Amino acid sequence: MSEVRYTDQHEWVNLDGDTATVGITKHAAEQLGDVVFVEVPEAGRKVGAGGEAAVVESVKAASDVYAPVGGEVVEGNKALADEPAKVNADPEGEGWFFKLKGVSKDEFAKLMTKAQYDEFVKGL
Amino acid sequence: MTGSEETLRKTPLYELHLELGAKMVPFAGYAMPVQYPTGVLKEHLHTREKAGLFDVSHMGQAFLSGGDPAKALERVTPADVQGLKEGMQRYGLLLNDRGTIIDDFMFTHLAGEKDLYLVVNGATKEGDFAYMADKLKGHATLAPKPDRALLALQGPAAGKVLEKLSPGIDTLTFMRVRRATVAGCPAIVSRSGYTGEDGFEISLEGKDVEKVARALLADPDVLPIGLAARDSLRLEAGLCLYGHDIDESVDPAEANLVWSIGKRRKMDKDFPAGEKIMDRVLNGTAKKRVGILPVGKAPAREGTEITDKSGKVIGKITSGGFGPSLNAPVAMGYVETAFAADGTEVDLMVRGKPNPARVAPMPFVPNRYKRK
Repeated sequence: MSEVRYTDQHEWVNLDGDTATVGITKHAAEQLGDVVFVEVPEAGRKVGAGGEAAVVESVKAASDVYAPVGGEVVEGNKALADEPAKVNADPEGEGWFFKLKGVSKDEFAKLMTKAQYDEFVKGL
Repeated sequence: MTGSEETLRKTPLYELHLELGAKMVPFAGYAMPVQYPTGVLKEHLHTREKAGLFDVSHMGQAFLSGGDPAKALERVTPADVQGLKEGMQRYGLLLNDRGTIIDDFMFTHLAGEKDLYLVVNGATKEGDFAYMADKLKGHATLAPKPDRALLALQGPAAGKVLEKLSPGIDTLTFMRVRRATVAGCPAIVSRSGYTGEDGFEISLEGKDVEKVARALLADPDVLPIGLAARDSLRLEAGLCLYGHDIDESVDPAEANLVWSIGKRRKMDKDFPAGEKIMDRVLNGTAKKRVGILPVGKAPAREGTEITDKSGKVIGKITSGGFGPSLNAPVAMGYVETAFAADGTEVDLMVRGKPNPARVAPMPFVPNRYKRK
């Protein structure tokens, strides 16, 4: 069964076995506004927890997307290159950024639960 | 510095912006709407398709009076002020003694009036007004009008929309100005703007601006537009943003704004550093402001280094982002003059990687001014 956790950088991580799908939260997408460009990592790239993994740009500004957990990139969401607006339309579904394998359950367990993240956003 | 929330100034439309759901940000010392719930992309595209209303009340308005205010103003600008006919507006550069650019501004010769009406940038207005007052001492008197507000109504539907609130106004053509009544309020209306579209700038008493803004927003063709879309619209139109594309480090020749120097002024060279600037116009400068179109999808932001194909740095992006009307990234910046020709292939160093781009003519989106 898969479980979703969140970071204070407004990323979500869906862990299924040792494979994680990563994207940005609805809150992050709303704060960014209209997304016009996304750069996702190539398959095979190794990233450490907290390392820069992707880039998301709105009309006004560019932001880094960090790897919430370490792992090896299995796939970047190539569909976002042609349709970056998917990040706004469905941030926690079709707007996913990349998938990682070899993810540590211990690293994952340190991230916020849905309830903790919602509380965190409320406090911003 | 822009200062904290408490010290930010508010335009007379502050409450209206909040009511409309705007996201407010500090800009030029004011709390200004960066976008509304519509979103930047739609705000931009709506302005090109119908009409957008912008609150630009942070800009500096003033009247210049004296025996010959036009002659006086020519002491600080290379524009042809004396030759400006009644009922017309013109673009000018405010120069320091070295001939570099303190600001860009609009000046107006209202029909039947001796005083000149000026509009300068919000972020620079205090400095501009102090500089003008000092340089023009004994020749003209500057009277800033901090209580006036300024609206811009931009887009192809602007003429039809404003005509309903100010019958007869649609007969104005590009860069013409007149005093008029808008929704019952006295105004100075010019057919100009900062988007590349047809449209108007409407100067009003601060106490009247909310009434006029609400009347304009009641029109189904009009949406309120924030600063973010204002920036993407002006960038697609190839228009400079002071403090980014032009500042005191560049002169009119480098900035490619020689067209704003009047013919008579070019002959007489009677403006700040006139001899030096005309020499640079004739003999060329080391760098030049150009338009730049990235080949791929990645925007190149302000500060991005521009290199030649061998990797040598030849310039820097001064404005860059995404152009919603082109559905592609757009930019402008300065390059060494050898690389300034349209079509020249360059690289933009984005996140450490060279992204191919071309020097390109501006505007990126054709101007649609109402010239007749």
